[in-house]
Amino acid sequence: MNFNNTDVVVTGLGATTPLGGDVASTWDALLAGKSGVTRITDEWIEPFPAQLVARLAQDPSEKIDRVRSRRLDRSQQVAVVAAEEAWADSGAGDAGYDSLRVAVVMGTGIGGAMTLLDQDDVLEAKGPKRVSPFTIPMLMPNGPAAAVGLAIGARGGVHAPVSACASGAEAIRWGLDMLRLDRADVVLVGGAEACVHPLPMAGFASMRAMSTRNDDPEHASRPFDAGRDGFVLAEGAAALVLERADAARARGAKVYGKLAGAGGTSDGYDLVAPHPEGEGAQRAIGAALRDAGLSPSDVGHVNAHATSTPVGDIAEAAAILEAIGDHAAVTATKSQSGHLLGAAGALESVFCLLALRDQVIPGTQNIEQLDDSAAVQKLDIVRGAPRKATFTAALNDSFGFGGHNMALVFTTA
Amino acid sequence: MASTAEIQSGLAEILEEVAGVAPADATPEKSFTEDLDVDSLSMVEIATAVEDKFGVAIPDDELGGIKTVGDAISFIEKNQ
Repeated sequence: MNFNNTDVVVTGLGATTPLGGDVASTWDALLAGKSGVTRITDEWIEPFPAQLVARLAQDPSEKIDRVRSRRLDRSQQVAVVAAEEAWADSGAGDAGYDSLRVAVVMGTGIGGAMTLLDQDDVLEAKGPKRVSPFTIPMLMPNGPAAAVGLAIGARGGVHAPVSACASGAEAIRWGLDMLRLDRADVVLVGGAEACVHPLPMAGFASMRAMSTRNDDPEHASRPFDAGRDGFVLAEGAAALVLERADAARARGAKVYGKLAGAGGTSDGYDLVAPHPEGEGAQRAIGAALRDAGLSPSDVGHVNAHATSTPVGDIAEAAAILEAIGDHAAVTATKSQSGHLLGAAGALESVFCLLALRDQVIPGTQNIEQLDDSAAVQKLDIVRGAPRKATFTAALNDSFGFGGHNMALVFTTA
Repeated sequence: MASTAEIQSGLAEILEEVAGVAPADATPEKSFTEDLDVDSLSMVEIATAVEDKFGVAIPDDELGGIKTVGDAISFIEKNQ
C-alpha cells in the first residue's frame, strides 16, 4: 500500500443551513447569535410532544432548477447546493485535475426518508404502478454522494459513510485517507440531511431525544445548560474540498487550513446511549491528536458535538476533559443551528476552519445555568458572544447512535 | 378521441413537466434520448403521465420501441 503522509488542506467550503443559504451568511448569523429554530405550525404536529425544528434558511429550489430538483430527494438537493458552493469556492474544477482523480465522500444519517415515506403514501393510495421510478435513487443512502459526484463529474470514486450523526465527520476522515493513500488528487467531502417529516420526528421523540420546550423555540437547544431536555432536529448540508497541500500551493489555491488528523472509534457499550465517561470519545480525540502529531495542549478550541441531550453533553464534557484537559475554549454551535444529524460533523468542521481563519470562537447560546457535573463545570465553555482568541488548532467531535465516535483536528495552514 | 395536434401538444406538456423540454422542441422527429436528453427513468414517468392524460397504457415491451416524439404520438393515436 502506498501510504503518503502528505499534508492535506481545505481549499473550498460550502453550506446550506438553518442559519443561512451559504457559508458566509451562516457564519455571520452564527457570530451574531441568531437561532435557526422555529416551532412547526402544520396541522400534523398537534399530537407530537416535540414540535421544534431548524429548517433551511433558504430553500434549495432557489439554487436548483425544478426539473433537476424533482429527481433529487431533499437530502440530495442540500448536498448538491453545499457541494457546488464548495467546489466553486475551491476553484478545483478549473485547476486541470483529471476527473479520474476526483472523488466524493458525502455521508448522511437518515438518507432519503422523505422520498421513502412520500412514495409509501403513493403506494397505499394509488398502487405499485404509480410509485416513481426515481424512488430508489432518491431514497438510497448513497444518494447525496452520488448526486454530488454527478454534479462535479467525479470519476475517482463516490462513497457514502453512514454512521448516524457521525457520518459527516466520517466522510471527512475518509477523504483524508483517500488523499494519503493516493487514491485521488482532490476529494469533495461532507454531510447532508433533510428528514423533517412526521415519522422521524415521532421516532426521535419516542426515544425522548428531542427537546419539548415548544413554547420557547430559540432557547430550546441549550447544550451544557442544566435545563437542557434534548436536541432540535435540523436540516442542511456542508461540504469541504480537500487537496494535498503541495498541489494546492502549486496552483495558488486559497487555503482555509490543514486537516491535520482524524480519529475514529466505537464504544462497544450500548446501541444509543453514550459511555458515561465518553471512553470511546476520549480514544477518538487521542487518536486524532496522535495522527496530527499534536499534543493536547496544542488544541485551542473545541467545537463540541453537544446536542443538548441530558446524557450526551456530560459524557462528552468528561471525554474532552480527560483527553485534552480544561484549557481549550469549547463551544456548542448546535445551540443555534440545531442538530443536522449526518451533516453536523461537516458543518462544525466548516465552523472550526472559519474560527481558525478569523481567530474567533463562536459563543454557546442559551446557557442560563451551567450543568453542575464536575466535567462541565471545569471546561472553558464560551457563552453568549463570540470570543477573540489566538490559537492554531481546533478539534471537532462527532458522535452517532450506534456508538460511533469521530474526532477531527484542523490547524492553521 | 384526441386529434394528432392535441396529442402532440399534450405530450409536449408532459415533456416539459417531467424533463424540462421546451414545448417548441417537442416535435415529431425528435428522439427522446438523442435530442431531448430524456433518460430511461423519465420515459417511465412519461408513460405514466400519458396513461393519465390520454387513457392509453404503454406496456413495457412497447415502451422500448418508442424512440421519437412521433412514435409516441402514433402509439397514442392507434390505441386511444
